[in-house]
Amino acid sequence: MAEQQNVRNFSIIAHIDHGKSTLADRILEKTKALTEREMKEQFLDAMDLERERGITIKLNAVQLKYEANDGEDYLFHLIDTPGHVDFTYEVSRSLAACEGALLVVDAAQGIEAQTLANVYLALDNDLEIIPVINKIDLPSADVDRVKQEIEDVIGIDADDAILASAKDGVGIDEILERIVTDIPAPTGDPKEPTKALIFDSLYDPYRGVIAYICVKEGSIKVGDEIKMMQTGKTFEVSELGVFTPKPISKDELRVGDVGFLTASIKNVGDSRVGDTITLANNPADEPLPGYKRLNPMVYCGLFPVDADNYNDLREALERLELNDSSLQYEPETSQALGFGFRCGFLGLLHMEIIQERIEREFNIDLITTAPSVIYEVELTDGETINIENPSLMPESKNIKEVREPFVKATVMVPNDFVGPVMEICQKKRGQYIDMQYLDENRVNIVYEIPLSEIVYDFFDQLKSQTKGYASFDYELSGYKPSNLVKMDILLNGETVDALSFIVHRDFAYHRGKHIAEKLKKIIPRQQFEVPVQAAIGNKVVARTTIKAMRKNVLSKCYGGDISRKRKLLEKQKEGKKRMKMVGKVEIPQEAFMSVLEMDEDS
Amino acid sequence: MDRSVYIHIPFCHEICHYCDFAKIYYNRELADAYLENLRKEMGLYIGNQTISPRTVYLGGGTPTSLNENQLEFLLKTINEFINVEQVEEFTIEANPGEFEEGHVKIMKDFGINRVSLGVQVLDDEFLKLLNRNHTVGDVQKTVEMLQHYDLNNISMDFIYALPDQSIDHFKKTLDMALAFDLPHYSAYALQIEPRTVFHMRHQQGKLNKPPEEDEAEMLLMLMEMMEGAGKRHYEISNYAVKGFESQHNLTYWNNEEYYAFGAGAHGYLNQERYVNLRPVNHYNEALEKDQKPILHRDVITLKEKLEEEMFLGLRRASGVTDHEFIHKYGVSLFQLYEKEIQDLQHKGWLEREDDRVYLTKNGLMFGNDVFASFLLDEDTYKKSLNN
Repeated sequence: MAEQQNVRNFSIIAHIDHGKSTLADRILEKTKALTEREMKEQFLDAMDLERERGITIKLNAVQLKYEANDGEDYLFHLIDTPGHVDFTYEVSRSLAACEGALLVVDAAQGIEAQTLANVYLALDNDLEIIPVINKIDLPSADVDRVKQEIEDVIGIDADDAILASAKDGVGIDEILERIVTDIPAPTGDPKEPTKALIFDSLYDPYRGVIAYICVKEGSIKVGDEIKMMQTGKTFEVSELGVFTPKPISKDELRVGDVGFLTASIKNVGDSRVGDTITLANNPADEPLPGYKRLNPMVYCGLFPVDADNYNDLREALERLELNDSSLQYEPETSQALGFGFRCGFLGLLHMEIIQERIEREFNIDLITTAPSVIYEVELTDGETINIENPSLMPESKNIKEVREPFVKATVMVPNDFVGPVMEICQKKRGQYIDMQYLDENRVNIVYEIPLSEIVYDFFDQLKSQTKGYASFDYELSGYKPSNLVKMDILLNGETVDALSFIVHRDFAYHRGKHIAEKLKKIIPRQQFEVPVQAAIGNKVVARTTIKAMRKNVLSKCYGGDISRKRKLLEKQKEGKKRMKMVGKVEIPQEAFMSVLEMDEDS
Repeated sequence: MDRSVYIHIPFCHEICHYCDFAKIYYNRELADAYLENLRKEMGLYIGNQTISPRTVYLGGGTPTSLNENQLEFLLKTINEFINVEQVEEFTIEANPGEFEEGHVKIMKDFGINRVSLGVQVLDDEFLKLLNRNHTVGDVQKTVEMLQHYDLNNISMDFIYALPDQSIDHFKKTLDMALAFDLPHYSAYALQIEPRTVFHMRHQQGKLNKPPEEDEAEMLLMLMEMMEGAGKRHYEISNYAVKGFESQHNLTYWNNEEYYAFGAGAHGYLNQERYVNLRPVNHYNEALEKDQKPILHRDVITLKEKLEEEMFLGLRRASGVTDHEFIHKYGVSLFQLYEKEIQDLQHKGWLEREDDRVYLTKNGLMFGNDVFASFLLDEDTYKKSLNN
């Protein structure tokens, strides 16, 4: 095994599409971690969803062997990081296990807003950063401009940035050498009491929790009795190992090693990501600094379409929570949708990914309510409460003030789109903060915008108005009072709690009208006329009517094709089953998200 | 009495914009080969004997797209396997204006006694819009010609709720149709089916279908005008002078078995519903290898039979009687569907009279909802079997 001074732990920071996965593959190839035969494209993105979307969601840690030009053997640990802003938490976890990072920037597109956020995170963690300008083979590559940008925007020296084309295998050797020369070996004393950071975990039905760990001090052997410093629980280590990327068992993990551990840990809560593992018979005094636990910014209700799947949904959430501690959930009961969960997410992408994983990996059909942010409500009696479910907003007579979360939104965009971007920001109740020219073509625009507007349709509008050229990032900047009201939707005279939402008073009338019209289109005609109303308190601000169904009979003669008639009837019956009966009205799934969608003209 | 016979002639001179039946542009050689294969197919089922069904129905496509020689060949084939003298009702579907006296004589000679005319609408502009290749004048001429040859058992098919059609427009068509004072009429609301020109236009938002309110009004008006003219509403989309109800179509609603020959035809034999291969070349290929040209078959389970007895039977004005139900399946429909029937009666969609249930006028408007409620849940079905 390599000595501690020959170990290098690093990760790769890159914007989506800037070639991180390809670069990781090339590194794996060069270090012969994978044979040709095993070499699948983009090995690290293992989840189907990750491959399909071309994004990394979960981290991965791989051990690689490298013989450097100085003739010595080195042991690399490549810890993959997600690129999207919603997964900042996971990035901070993987960065905590590293001493350095490769910053990959697209030679044609330059730095993007999301990359910036992760680089700052790396700098905060005192990581050594090696800039890599990738895709230099592109005809539109402009290396000098990108170098300048790295120096101006990030403030690190880009003179010796590595020029690479992961696709063509250019620059890979230099990257490997520079990892050896530039990134420091892990500090930490093998003789000190053991401290190992859990930076991720997953659940295996046979082996229990598999914890991904980085040993910061001391060492761990198979058979050792370990102690979780947060919970105080002890376990006997049954398996240790590293990923090469195939899992390889080891007898011992020492300072600087990054690998996995199992110890028949059956209870998910006993192995928390961010906790420090030490040895029971020689415990460390202080745990490693944990991570800043990120709080969810966006909430929505998840309900099983079939009420019988409630327990399955709970199990699915428990499983997902295990290696995604940023996911929060608690049981929720809706008059309209029955039993489900109110779930908190770091952002919209995070929400979408979780929903998709539940539907795909656990095979549960979901009804999702429109996402909402957390509002701070100061009541007239002086108490302040947090509202994450719009239907629970107190009556206005009991409210002194409602505060909503604002974010500092950074939009990077080519010059030509400054106008449209500012217009969107203004329309979304944004406050101008700053604008900087990055070079003669690109501008960084900073606004303070209510998070609820971002949740609504900000990103879609930004994409369409800038032809997809804008990159966007945001961070929470705090709570401010706003003139907000709760809008209820009544179907057939009854409030449907799952459709309530909170809206700025100035937009209330317009949005209420729009949603009433939208619901009229989505909800099929019933046997009776169904009035659709949008109301603030007792005041109806918009009203429309879903007309009663007048005729539903198949007169067509199918020349004796009875099977076809049967199929049509079965489909009708099945369709009814998939609708939610709310009061006397049957509502299709998509109605509950309609609160969120605006048409082009709005 | 043997099972009824349906024969499909998939050829057309013009393809209508709404049609999704098995059909293909007429071509003489192709039609010749097809008729040979049709003969072969009938032989595979019937063998050397002859059968004596109560009804025979020649549908399409358009049977009258065939030329005189071909029509004669077809009818000779039918006479070879079927004892046509014994057949009560022998129908041919015909397009107005598409055939002359020669065709009519052949029809008469080989036992055809009922003609169903595809009229669809009585307005030349609208006919063009549907891509029909006849005019209102053709309809007049064809009816006169048939009646001249004493083929008086004529039916007309109509489609309503056509793109841009008003209630008033449909009324004019109905007025003109009833002026012929024929013994039988059928009328279907336009259904937009996949793989049709109308479907494509609909997708593009270029098809202006009348609103559901108008469609409902048209159906109500249709029922009223037909009844007023003495044509009884004996099945959801069929109206007839007493004694002229289509016996062939009733075999479907009576849930009886029937033969089906020809490309894309649907049959029901020995507890199996089957559908033949389509298009014509696939059908031909199978028969050239002396194989039955079946694309797909489904064994109909007892549960499905019970359901079909209800959702087909309730299409008839006469509804479903319990003694017949018990006779066929050994169980009372009032026991099997106790809850459903109560619920439907409560909604005013179903009426019960002695041991008979039938759709009310309102129930007819929501026929699909009524029919769908007679599909049994697995659990309910199992429970009722155990009782």
